[in-house]
Amino acid sequence: MEQTVPADHTGNLGDSRRRFRPGKFLAPYLLSLPAGLWLLILFLIPLVVMLSLSLQTCNPATGACVMTWHWAEFGQQLSLYHTQFITSIWFAGAATLICLVVSFPISYWIAFYGGRRKNFFLLMLLVPFFVSFVIRTVVWEFILSDQGIVLGALKNAGLLPQSFHILATGWAVIAGLAYNYLPFTALPLYVAIERIDKRVLDAAYDLYATKREAFLRVILPLTIPGIFAAFLLTFIPALGDYVNQQILGGTGDTMIGTVIQNSFLTTLDYPGGSALSTVLLAVALLGIFGYARILGSRTIEEYL
Amino acid sequence: MSTGLPHHQAIPVSPVATATSSVETRAAGPARPRRRRWTRFILPVYSWLVIAYLIFPIGVMILYSFNKVTAGLQQVSFAWNGFTLQWYKEWSNIPGLTSAFWLSVRLAIASTVFSTVIGTLLALALVRYQGRRFRGKTLIEQTMFLNIAAPEVVLGASLLGLFITINLARGFVTLLLAHVAFSIAYVAVTVRARMSGFDRSLEEAAADLGANSWVIFRKITFPLIMPGILAGALMAFALSIDDFVTSNFVSGSATPFPVWVYGATRIGIPPQVFVFGTAIFTVGILCAIASVIIGWRKPT
Repeated sequence: MEQTVPADHTGNLGDSRRRFRPGKFLAPYLLSLPAGLWLLILFLIPLVVMLSLSLQTCNPATGACVMTWHWAEFGQQLSLYHTQFITSIWFAGAATLICLVVSFPISYWIAFYGGRRKNFFLLMLLVPFFVSFVIRTVVWEFILSDQGIVLGALKNAGLLPQSFHILATGWAVIAGLAYNYLPFTALPLYVAIERIDKRVLDAAYDLYATKREAFLRVILPLTIPGIFAAFLLTFIPALGDYVNQQILGGTGDTMIGTVIQNSFLTTLDYPGGSALSTVLLAVALLGIFGYARILGSRTIEEYL
Repeated sequence: MSTGLPHHQAIPVSPVATATSSVETRAAGPARPRRRRWTRFILPVYSWLVIAYLIFPIGVMILYSFNKVTAGLQQVSFAWNGFTLQWYKEWSNIPGLTSAFWLSVRLAIASTVFSTVIGTLLALALVRYQGRRFRGKTLIEQTMFLNIAAPEVVLGASLLGLFITINLARGFVTLLLAHVAFSIAYVAVTVRARMSGFDRSLEEAAADLGANSWVIFRKITFPLIMPGILAGALMAFALSIDDFVTSNFVSGSATPFPVWVYGATRIGIPPQVFVFGTAIFTVGILCAIASVIIGWRKPT
C-alpha cells in the first residue's frame, strides 16, 4: 500500500519516498479497476443495451432483433400502459408519505434521546431486513387476509362488518410498500437529524424560542435535505416494486414493474419492456438530478 | 460521515462508527430538564409502537411456522389450527425448496467473496486518493449512487437485455454476475464509512520503522479495516440471499430461494418456507449482533 505524505511531515520516510515508483501514481486506478470494469460491463453497458433494445424491432417468432430506430415504441408503450404508471406513482407516493410521517418521530427520538442505546434502536429499525423480502410480503398477506389473525379477530369481536376486506385492494399494496420500505426512510432521516449541531438548538432556546418554534424554524429546515433524500430512496424503489402488488393487490391495480416483468419473461416483448424500463429510469434520474440541482450533488451520497 | 444503509438487508454498521461522537452530545438534545409533563411519554411510547409494528410480522412468521395443517394439501392456512413441530422435523421434505435454498446459499457465498474483495479495493481508492491523484473519482461515485438508487426492476431488465443480446444462457453464472454487480457499490459504501476515521499516521510510523508496503498493509491497514470489511461482507451476503427482482430476471432454469417462494405464492406456501425464513432470521440477527460486538471491541 502506498502512503501519501502530508505537506507538513518533517520525518524521514526512508528510501521509498525518493525513488520513482509508477505504482504510486497508478494505485487509485489499479484499486478501482476491477469495480470500475464490473460496473461498466454489468451496469452501465446494460443500460445502453436497454436503450438500444427499445429502439429495435424484434421478430416474435424467431426472437431476432434489428435496429430500426423505432422511437414510436415509447409513445405506443406509454399510451398502452399509462394507467399502470399512474397507479405506480399513486401507490409509491402514498406509501412514501406514510413512511415519512411514521418514521420522522422515531428517527427524531433515536437521534436526540437514543443515548447509549442508539445502535440497539437502529438495529430494531433494520430487523425486517433479516426476513426475506418475499416472505415478509407473504406474511402481510396472512395478516391482512379476511379471516386472518387481525381482521378475523376484529370481525369476531364485532368491530368490523363481516364483509370488510382489505386484501386485493390498493390499500393492501400501500400498506405492504409502507412496511417494506420504512427503514429506507427512517435511516436517512436519522442521519439528517443526528447531524444537527445541538448547540444551534441551545442557541435557539437561549433566544427564547419555544419548543414549537425551535422545531419549525431550526430542526425542520436543517433536515430538509435528509427528508428529500429519504423521499427519493423510498419512492424510487417503491415505484419499480411489483412484489407487493402481485402478492397483496388485486388484478385491477397492476403496477408498471409487473408490466416490465411480463414483457421480458412472459410475452418476450423486449423492445416494449425496454422502453418502459427506460421511462422508469428516466423518472428516477429526474428525481436524482432535481435533488442535486437544488441541494447539491455531494449531499445525497451522505445519506446512503 | 455517518451512514445507515437504507437498502435491502442493511446491517447497522456505520451507526456503530458514529457512536463515539454521540456520547458527548447525548445529554444535550432539545430536552429541557424541567419538563415533567405527561407529554414526555408520547415520543418513547410512539417509538416503541413503531418498533413493535416492525417486529410484528416476524413474530407472525415464526408463529405460523408452528401452525398445524388440517387440510389435505400441505399449505400454511390463514387460520390457526394448533401448535406442531412437524415442519421443523420435516424441514427438507420439499425437494424444490431445499435445493433452491442451497442454491441461494452457494450463490450468496460466491457473490460475497467477489463483491467484498472488489468493493474493498474500490473503497480504499475512494478514501485515500482525491483530486488530481484520482481523476474520474466523481464519475465512479456517481455510478455507485445511480447503481444504488435505480429501481431494481430496471437493473434486472437491463441485465436480461444484455444476456439476451450476447446470447449468454441464464443460470448460476448470470446470477453471480448480476449479484456481484448490485453488491459492489453497497460494499464500497459500507467499507468506506468505516474507514473514514482511519489514522494514517500509524502507517507512516510503520514506514518510518522500515516496513515495506506489503508488511504495512498486512500488519497495520488490514487489521484496522477488518471490521469494515466484515460489515461489507455481511451486507453483500444479506443482499444476495434476499434478492428477488434481479434474480427473477436472470435466473433462467436455476431457481434461488426467493424466486421459488414467489412462485409458490401462486399455489400455496408450504409451511417449510416459514421454517427456512425463521432460520435465516435467526442466523442474520446473530451475525448482526456479532458484527456490532466486533465493532465495539475494535473501534476503527
